[in-house]
Amino acid sequence: MTLAPELKDTGPEKLLAPVLSAFWDEDKSWTLDVYRRHEGYEGLRKALAMSPDDLIAYVKDSGLRGRGGAGFPTGMKWQFIPQGDGKPHYLVVNADESEPGTCKDIPLLFANPHSLIEGIVIACYAIRSSHAFIYLRGEVVPVLRRLHAAVAEAYAAGYLGENILGSGLDLELTVHAGAGAYICGEETALLDSLEGRRGQPRLRPPFPAVAGLYACPTVVNNVESIASVPAILHKGKEWFRSMGSEKSPGFTLYSLSGHVASPGQYEAPLGITLRQLLEMSGGMRPGHRLKFWTPGGSSTPMFTDEHLDVPLDYEGVGAAGSMLGTKALQCFDETTCVVRAVTRWTEFYAHESCGKCTPCREGTYWLVQLLRDIEAGKGAMSDLDKLNDIADNINGKSFCALGDGAASPIFSSLKYFREEYEQHITGRGCPFDPAKSTAWADRTEVNA
Amino acid sequence: MTTSSSERGVSLGMPELPAPAYPDDVRARLETDAREIIARYPDSRSALLPLLHLVQSEEGHVTRTGMQFCADVLNLTTAEVTAVATFYTMYRRKPSGDYQVGVCTNTLCAVMGGDAIFEELQEHLGVGNGETTDDGKVTLEHIECNAACDFAPVVMVNWEFFDNQTPATVKRLVDDLRAGRPVEPTRGAPLCTFKETARMLAGFPDERPGAVEASGSAGPASLVGLRLARGEAAPARVVHPRDGGPHDERQDRPVHQPSPTEHLSSHDAPQDTSASDPAHPAGPTAEEGE
Repeated sequence: MTLAPELKDTGPEKLLAPVLSAFWDEDKSWTLDVYRRHEGYEGLRKALAMSPDDLIAYVKDSGLRGRGGAGFPTGMKWQFIPQGDGKPHYLVVNADESEPGTCKDIPLLFANPHSLIEGIVIACYAIRSSHAFIYLRGEVVPVLRRLHAAVAEAYAAGYLGENILGSGLDLELTVHAGAGAYICGEETALLDSLEGRRGQPRLRPPFPAVAGLYACPTVVNNVESIASVPAILHKGKEWFRSMGSEKSPGFTLYSLSGHVASPGQYEAPLGITLRQLLEMSGGMRPGHRLKFWTPGGSSTPMFTDEHLDVPLDYEGVGAAGSMLGTKALQCFDETTCVVRAVTRWTEFYAHESCGKCTPCREGTYWLVQLLRDIEAGKGAMSDLDKLNDIADNINGKSFCALGDGAASPIFSSLKYFREEYEQHITGRGCPFDPAKSTAWADRTEVNA
Repeated sequence: MTTSSSERGVSLGMPELPAPAYPDDVRARLETDAREIIARYPDSRSALLPLLHLVQSEEGHVTRTGMQFCADVLNLTTAEVTAVATFYTMYRRKPSGDYQVGVCTNTLCAVMGGDAIFEELQEHLGVGNGETTDDGKVTLEHIECNAACDFAPVVMVNWEFFDNQTPATVKRLVDDLRAGRPVEPTRGAPLCTFKETARMLAGFPDERPGAVEASGSAGPASLVGLRLARGEAAPARVVHPRDGGPHDERQDRPVHQPSPTEHLSSHDAPQDTSASDPAHPAGPTAEEGE
């Protein structure tokens, strides 16, 4: 393999770039005091010295792209908000992190919630909003606790409330806990949920920028996207652009999980490869090798060990046939049955399908039936084409991206591991021992 | 996802009687809370999800009385409230235990041991998915991905994190819960009951001293990248699963610092640690630099 020359001769100190995670190991890192000691709320001062339009242009020029999966330019989203329309504008932060494998926003909010709050104030100044919401998935009470505390601190210090830092900006911030539904990560379903309804996606257009929350212009941004804004303001867009690539600039959180020696959060410039991340962190668990992995959660087509050198940025992963998604690098070793993995993901999509559209509701159900049969050794060869066909009838034909996500593991696993599916059918069962995949499998005489 | 009317003991042909109201004192107290919740939103209906958490904090599950209360304060129909309450998995529709033990069995946790944990726990407790132990302490269920994959396998108790679990640690955990011994999560605050948790979800902060700072700034896995970036030693695995295994031996050795002249992908060459499959084209990805 070859590495890009500028990365070739460097260690983790050069390859990684902790910004949001830079002080997570400090005592009480989530407090305002610690945040301010690390130049917190300095970006806000710079932002308030600019005009809102200049601020939007600045964020746009920085090249920041959405970190929630789709990679849409953040500044452009802000720019779409019509100005002078006389309606209230809203900012809604999507903290519903539920995509299987995704685990970046939760540790970020747990250890450094003020980066998000500062980003929210900046964004609201830009889009002329006086009420913002954090839609946090309900199942993470430790994070809710710290958000409650951080928001209270920010109000007490004058970063929220009336006339923030003497700028004339008034801003109310509401922390809203969800109630358990993956679909609410989809931005229009999230808005319906925040309006007190079943979380079902809305037809677009109109887009949220025109008719979002309460039919008013609304920006919906991911936690990490908004939390990245203060550093861009404070250290400059040139600094931000000095990391990553032309089209995918900046730093981001990569979440390594699964059968690796050191699972965890790795904040690095966009474009790092899985090989580099594994090399610096001790690789796969000892004695095992990588079999398949997801670049950005279960909804992004899986990769194999052929893709270790794919630059993990929007273009690089896209060119290799998948999506950067949420940078959730779930790594599975050779002990893992791909049919079992895909079956479980598909059960998840079937469970979480909101039921609004037929292709997704019915398709995910039938995919589960076929996959369970195959995994149990009751499948027929023709089932494999049927799986592909059903996935094809969901993909691009469902109401929202949940359906596309459900199709991804089917297509990609059949592409790379069709033989393994066939083995299940001809061998009348699963050839893998699940006990060998467990975290404790290689420990001697413990919990076997 | 749905509760059929027959489960609630209603026969066809006879309309269900209106839900009994809360006692006056309870209703007055909840109305005060409800007003505070509604005031957070430009449109009152947005308060419905928090209000359902609130009524769950009163009775431990969402009852017809609770739904009627939500409908009353928001000027909605009970059908509108029921439609929402039945959509979201965090709202329970039957009486349950003080401690909700959720084992993640989405793919990554399942593969890493979540399936084994869930299976052994069902046997250990003698209850199935969604069922409660006879003493009313523990409700067991399997849950979907809870955004902690770098701590797999993960178990949640009343939505606090119990990271890097094994069947043995979880069995001990539920035994402690049932015996009333204090239990602390790896990330989160010392456990309170499900009802108290539901009140926080309704938007009322945890007032217990020390609750916010409990368990420190970040879990060990959240810090591995930061430590590497600072040139500190390879991340120490403070918690299992792999302590006592081959990984621990590695930690005693000096961490390999690649010199500028050395190719980072030195592990591409077959080395003696590639025993699992030396012929594999990608080579072993573990044990680099040893």
